[in-house]
Amino acid sequence: MKEFTKLTGLAVPLLRANVDTDAIIPKQFLKSIKRSGFGVNLFDEWRYKDAGFPGQDSASRQPNPDFVLNKPRYAGAQVLIAGENFGCGSSREHAVWALDDYGFRTVIAPGFADIFNNNSFKSGLLPVVLDKHIVEQLGEECEAVEGYSLAIDLQEQTVTTPSNEVFKFEVDEFRKHCLLNGFDDIELTLQQRFRIEEYEVKRRQSAPWLFNTSS
Amino acid sequence: MGVSGMAGKTLYDKVWDAHLVHQQEDGTVLLYIDRHLVHEVTSPQAFEGLQLAGRQPWRTSSMLAVADHNVPTTDRANGIEDPVSRLQIETLDANCEKFGVTEFKMNDLRQGIVHVIGPEQGATLPGMTVVCGDSHTSTHGAFGALAFGIGTSEVEHVMATQTLLQKKSRNMLISVDGQVGPGVTAKDIVLAIIGKIGTAGGNGYTIEFAGEAIQALSMEGRMSVCNMSIEAGARAGMVAVDRTTIEYLKNRPFSPSKEHWEQAEAAWLDLQSDDDAVFDEIVRIDAASIEPQVSWGTSPEMVTSVNGYVPDPQADEFEAKREGYSRALEYMDLAAATPITEIKLDRVFIGSCTNSRIEDLRAAAAVIKERKVATSIKQALVVPGSGLVKQQAEKEGLDKVFLDAGFEWREPGCSMCLAMNADRLEAGERCASTSNRNFEGRQGQGGRTHLVSPAMAAAAAIAGHFVDVRSF
Ligand code: SF4
Repeated sequence: MKEFTKLTGLAVPLLRANVDTDAIIPKQFLKSIKRSGFGVNLFDEWRYKDAGFPGQDSASRQPNPDFVLNKPRYAGAQVLIAGENFGCGSSREHAVWALDDYGFRTVIAPGFADIFNNNSFKSGLLPVVLDKHIVEQLGEECEAVEGYSLAIDLQEQTVTTPSNEVFKFEVDEFRKHCLLNGFDDIELTLQQRFRIEEYEVKRRQSAPWLFNTSS
Repeated sequence: MGVSGMAGKTLYDKVWDAHLVHQQEDGTVLLYIDRHLVHEVTSPQAFEGLQLAGRQPWRTSSMLAVADHNVPTTDRANGIEDPVSRLQIETLDANCEKFGVTEFKMNDLRQGIVHVIGPEQGATLPGMTVVCGDSHTSTHGAFGALAFGIGTSEVEHVMATQTLLQKKSRNMLISVDGQVGPGVTAKDIVLAIIGKIGTAGGNGYTIEFAGEAIQALSMEGRMSVCNMSIEAGARAGMVAVDRTTIEYLKNRPFSPSKEHWEQAEAAWLDLQSDDDAVFDEIVRIDAASIEPQVSWGTSPEMVTSVNGYVPDPQADEFEAKREGYSRALEYMDLAAATPITEIKLDRVFIGSCTNSRIEDLRAAAAVIKERKVATSIKQALVVPGSGLVKQQAEKEGLDKVFLDAGFEWREPGCSMCLAMNADRLEAGERCASTSNRNFEGRQGQGGRTHLVSPAMAAAAAIAGHFVDVRSF
């Protein structure tokens, strides 16, 4: 997995609650069998006025100038300041891939849907949970000040504003460790191969039907 | 507290504990996975990752694959017209072939929506851990299994190791006490629950659905309830095992063989929360108070009774939700205070992993019988959950009931639940749908979705607008 240590990046506010994965990356783009190239279709239905379909030349699209990501001042944003329950809905990891491909490295929100939260760590996108009123404060500051950047330090578990206000966030220790080092989960697990094999031997005895195939 | 001074275990605790391979000091657990269901959309990158790393699946017999999201629901003999969809399905076929994974191909009678075919085949069993790269994997919890959706990286992790790295969730009990009135279905129960606890209400929890009204449900009904756990924010929802569960599983292709049946049954009957189990959160709902539900907004929590009204975002009680409600009403093109029964529809969709099982089709057909779809309805679609459901329905003559009324009778798949194939809403169209998500654009860009039960969808198709199925 991609590692994440620290980052200072331009922030963009999108404070709607319950932004679902269908909104992050609409279904027609899930037909891809690849892991990359989803960035141009991030928030597709909000970002463009015309309907999007796979394989389209993005230069021919009609951007919606009112959508926040299309405002020139937010070009190159790496930090998304989001609303409650961000990433709810389907399990599509394509949502994380789209955010990542667009250039986001972290999303700050009062809360994330469970599966989205999991998926983020797997792809090196750091989900940061802060109190709702803090997230709202960051959102307001971001709107008020052009070029507003936030510094995120995973080791220290801090978010620092341009005026040097520092907010601590919580993160699961094991996930932090994996993300800081860019560890491959599968490799780590396979180092415990013997444990999985031992478990299977016991389980085959206590619940043999679980190992049946169709009769 | 039990006699030993230790609190009893919940159903979730029991299934979790039985799958612990290893627990790290920080509480991260290596959890063994019994059943891995696979579909075409979330698996290609996982198979590719496996191959790039030179790994083999740990146990292919745990896997069962099917294409459902992209498949056409008409003219299957002609193959798949959309080249991008076709490539995705061909990729699944090729991967299953290469790695020796059992797959029900598009023209196999057993093909269908992954969450319909798992239970139908007996591939979902009580006490199992079941995963799939799909959030509605929660459906399988109806069997007292721990079932949850995972992302593609985790799909690859399960393929390669038969395990997942997990942290335990907290326990929530939702008890639906007493009995529901006539005409009130499992779908109404779960929509009412989501209306009450909200779409983030279950975040971080595994929900156990219990109480008299849940026990009274068939397995189909329990699946509809567990299916929408994810819309309540919980990755997994479960129902304790009872005779209903066991009867359903008899003689299914993947069910335990004769020699193991008794042993399995005895183990399954223990899949209940202990009397002294402790839940972190308990929600009680009075079943008798639940009326047929209709969603009015763009989140499943935006739901009310069929006899209710579209809410007024300016009302004081909605202050915290004002912005979200206003946005939703604008998208849905609804005015505050409109009676739900005055909402007119363009299309009706009966299908999806929430409501496409035989019982759902029977309930819809019972309402439709000898009536006609309103002329104002552009399309009314029935998409059975699997080839076997379709076959059973045809045996019972339900296809005739639908066709005579003016419904279309289609081949199984996800269809207009997410509109990845040709079945979709046009911008501005309004649909009564038995699916699970009313998000913006879910059924087609600019489309407007109202979530309802199969009986309510059927009644709406006949009337052209929502009606209370109880007085229809
Ligand atoms: S029917 Fe709908 S919700 Fe169910 S698996 Fe298919 S797309 Fe997902």
